[in-house]
Amino acid sequence: MRNAVYNFAYRRSPDQDARAPVRHPVVVLGAGPVGLAAAIDLGQRGVPVVLLDDADRIGEGSRGICWSKRTLEICDRLGVGEKLVAQGVTWKLGKVFAGDDLVFSFDLLPEAGHKMPAFINLQQFYLEKALCDRVDEIDAIDLRWKNKLTGLEPHNDHVRLTIDTPEGPYTLEAGWLIAADGARSTTRDLLGLQFAGVTFEDKFLIADIKMAADFPTERRFWFDPSFHAGQSALMHRQPDNVWRIDLQLGPEADIVEEQKPERVTERLKRMLRDMPFTIEWISIYRFNCRRLDRFVHGRVIFVGDAAHQVSPFGARGANSGIQDAENLAWKLAAVLKGEAGPSLIESYERERIQAADENIAHSTRSTDFIAPHSPAERQLRNAVLSLAPMVDFARRMINSGRLSVATVYDTPLSTPDEGVFAGSARLGAPLPDAPVRRKDGTPSHLLDNIAGEFTLLYIKNGAAPEVPEGVRSICIGEDLLDSDGVLGQRLDATPGAAYLLRPDQHLAARWRHADGAKIAAARRRAMGRAG
Amino acid sequence: MSKLITQLQFPDPDAAYVTLVEARRGLSVEAAAELDTKLVLILANHIGDLDVLKDAVALAKAAK
Repeated sequence: MRNAVYNFAYRRSPDQDARAPVRHPVVVLGAGPVGLAAAIDLGQRGVPVVLLDDADRIGEGSRGICWSKRTLEICDRLGVGEKLVAQGVTWKLGKVFAGDDLVFSFDLLPEAGHKMPAFINLQQFYLEKALCDRVDEIDAIDLRWKNKLTGLEPHNDHVRLTIDTPEGPYTLEAGWLIAADGARSTTRDLLGLQFAGVTFEDKFLIADIKMAADFPTERRFWFDPSFHAGQSALMHRQPDNVWRIDLQLGPEADIVEEQKPERVTERLKRMLRDMPFTIEWISIYRFNCRRLDRFVHGRVIFVGDAAHQVSPFGARGANSGIQDAENLAWKLAAVLKGEAGPSLIESYERERIQAADENIAHSTRSTDFIAPHSPAERQLRNAVLSLAPMVDFARRMINSGRLSVATVYDTPLSTPDEGVFAGSARLGAPLPDAPVRRKDGTPSHLLDNIAGEFTLLYIKNGAAPEVPEGVRSICIGEDLLDSDGVLGQRLDATPGAAYLLRPDQHLAARWRHADGAKIAAARRRAMGRAG
Repeated sequence: MSKLITQLQFPDPDAAYVTLVEARRGLSVEAAAELDTKLVLILANHIGDLDVLKDAVALAKAAK
């Protein structure tokens, strides 16, 4: 089985030799996808970041594989999006089987004109490696491997951290601590915070296997297939001829027995018949749906699995964590630069708790369907499956995981619409992408031109309205051309309409006719200041 | 005379499913069957259309 894929070196920091603890504006704890994304986003905004990780390697274990369109759009802004798509396996089709019969299939991105695909599959360590390489390019980030948090002392305007290293402990101070230290968060334990929710009794076997199969690139999910009677199964392609197999084992499964390679091989052979394969990774898991009551505790801010946990059906774990990071980064940068008050951080909590609750609800519903709690619940589930080949409504009730989409924030940072807008753009949601042309005629995508700052999109109709400092103005019809009319459709754009985007590309306000005063007020509001 | 609607009518089908699954949570198969029977009567009366009811019975019997 696979061992670590990439190793990094511990290096002594001058902070370890300082007489008094050195104070840094931001310390990020945990160099997983979420901590790396947070550090890069802050670093790109010019905020100095110390990023600590207790390990010195990545690639052990089999973890996230599905990266959603929104995550890829964020990664694109962070400088690694195209690399990930090139490396990953792009897919958008899902098929659901009941027994051995296909009962339902879905297309996650039925419309064209988006730069990023609905999903790619890519081993988590490749994503982490791409983000680590990006970290290397940013001077503002100081990444320290083999730095383990052992003590934490909250103060009003900072947190004092005790860090253990191979050369002994040292003390650090953080103006803000971003806890991205995962499901078993040390930060959470040190603060003594409750992490309550629902634990599901069913056990699942994950196997990543290598095989030269030519199965189509789609997500395949079975309820009660003949090769794994009474349980569910999932198969998904990854790069390098690696396939993710996920087999439900039920609540009574013996964790030790089921992890034995000969036992796993026997189960997989039943599924794959004569196809030769080698096992890359095996693990057995049981999952939780839970979150912290609050994500912000003074100067400690929780992101990703440290703040919330869901079942894997729906790819809502790592994807939502990266979306936490992006939501927090621009806000924290604005607070540190004095452009916004600390109340802006409260909006992080509000918006991302809304997202976490959505994810937990979806994840719980999927789990209720996939792993019924009792024979009576199973009977209902099976009734849906038996009606599914015959009628539409039952097919639509089949829930093998509702896949991660970005949250539409119901947030005080948005300025309520004055008029009615159709189209797919929604207030509080990330702006839908669309094909555009640059001035010189080169084809591009809308989101490719929106670079992490407040942006006003103005649909040309005479002179553009005045924008306050800190807002970039893009005129559609001049700076960018809506050559296919798709942007106009998705934004329900009419001449003179204007759209204010937050630095995370979420739509904060829109008007049929805007003026400088309205735009300035909406921007103040999006910065957490009263209109 | 109206026809049985088999297209999805719920804007959020998962919420409908969860309502039904939570209704039977903790019940034995027998107790759930009793609940279902009452639900059938309630919903049949709500529909109030004998043709639709007959179509629904036929569909349920046809499903494997």
